[in-house]
Amino acid sequence: MPPAPQPTVVAPRHSLVVRITHWLTVIAFFALLISGLEIVISHPRFYWGETGNVMTKPLFTLPIPSSRDTVPTAYKFVMPDQNGWSRYLHFQAAWLVLLTGAVYFVVSLWNRHFLRDLWPPAGQRNLQAYTRVITSYLRGRHRSIDDASSYNVLQRTAYLVVIFVLFPLMIWTGLAMSPAFVSVAPWSSAVLGGKQSARTLHFAVTFALTFFVFLHIVMVTLAGFWRRMRAMTTGLPASPVHEERP
Amino acid sequence: MKTITRRRLITTGLAATAGIAGVTEAARLAKRYGLAPPDCGGIYGPGETLTYAASRIFGAHAMAREFPRSMISEKPFANETPPLSDDFHQQQAVGFKDWTLTVDGLVSHPTKFSIADLKTLGRSSQITEVSCEEGWSYVAEWIGTPLAAVLREVQPAPQARFAAYFSVQRELWGSIDIAEATHPQTQLTWAMNDGDLPVGFGGPLRIRVPRQLGYKSLKYIDRITVTDSMKRFGKGLGSVDPEYGYSWYAGI
Repeated sequence: MPPAPQPTVVAPRHSLVVRITHWLTVIAFFALLISGLEIVISHPRFYWGETGNVMTKPLFTLPIPSSRDTVPTAYKFVMPDQNGWSRYLHFQAAWLVLLTGAVYFVVSLWNRHFLRDLWPPAGQRNLQAYTRVITSYLRGRHRSIDDASSYNVLQRTAYLVVIFVLFPLMIWTGLAMSPAFVSVAPWSSAVLGGKQSARTLHFAVTFALTFFVFLHIVMVTLAGFWRRMRAMTTGLPASPVHEERP
Repeated sequence: MKTITRRRLITTGLAATAGIAGVTEAARLAKRYGLAPPDCGGIYGPGETLTYAASRIFGAHAMAREFPRSMISEKPFANETPPLSDDFHQQQAVGFKDWTLTVDGLVSHPTKFSIADLKTLGRSSQITEVSCEEGWSYVAEWIGTPLAAVLREVQPAPQARFAAYFSVQRELWGSIDIAEATHPQTQLTWAMNDGDLPVGFGGPLRIRVPRQLGYKSLKYIDRITVTDSMKRFGKGLGSVDPEYGYSWYAGI
């Protein structure tokens, strides 16, 4: 008997919905990040409470030049105004990520993706499970815990925080700056401490999300960049991990 | 790996066709029901249409947040405007007594109002926030005549869809839809924080659109034209702002 051939039907590492929504989110994220930074440049001062402007004391100021000559900065020049297209792009990308997120959320509830792939399995919802993964990463043994077919508890936690905490917070703090949205839902701004608090939090969450994306790319690179890119694009499962082990 | 079966190909094809047809149909419906903003062309059209349509559907009658008197900003910030003309300064020297607001277009009774005329039409006050698209904001009390009261006086035609407004600085003009124009908080403002409206803040007459960002609340208003289409104004994008790359609808 010849050895059994490679099975031809293997579940993809990532479902079609996950792959499509992942890349749409990537596009939206970078569009939002770039346009958001451009908008910040027009007023790189942050406040707490309802109101804040150049006549009031900022909570903190970014040490960057501004695209408005009305904003005092440590620089003698004014950057070009990029807010027009940045604002158009920011809200269009926000719609893209919101609708993409809605599809992902509904489908993931429906097909139990959250429960199956992201919620830490029983027995791993404890500190030891986390320390075990962290220790392995720190000892450079990430490949030994890098089971290609499922996420470890640290990855699951990171993804859950991004999906259920940071993403909703980002949308919320963004909408809490909109005069039209706040007209419909005044509480959205009030419970955050006011419009300027919402803006400052929006900026803070940007940092958190950008940090996640940075770490995510580092980890993907350590795990084998092209292999992971292929898995997230075509859904083809990675070639057996054992091949790459010395 | 999954093979490309005929069934998969057909389902994907049908889904894609349905998606494209759905988007096209949505765009057609948005235009038909007045949910597409005048600057809905171009690559940012879908986002703008979604934002404007959502605001019309979910927030047509919502009221801008009002604040207690204690939250009025001690030092409001007057954003810069282009230099004002000699004619403006002459009017300022005589206390703007000859300032007139012309209201024309698709109305039964085109009228010129002095500021004294406006004051007899009605008075409203609101403690609302000015939010600049740049990110800063302040709260002030705004006192003036509701634009709705002025429109009642001139009687817009049934097909009226927009109120276009013009600053004496002719390069600055804008428009809002009729729903926003007749909203109870949309105001022709002539006083601020219990004093006359300072020139820096748009005196003697500005428009306040508190449910949209500051750049819709144009200063030094002397003309309002009611119209059924913004196509004939400037480049037809609804206001001068899209001509500089800024969106016509500024609720966010």
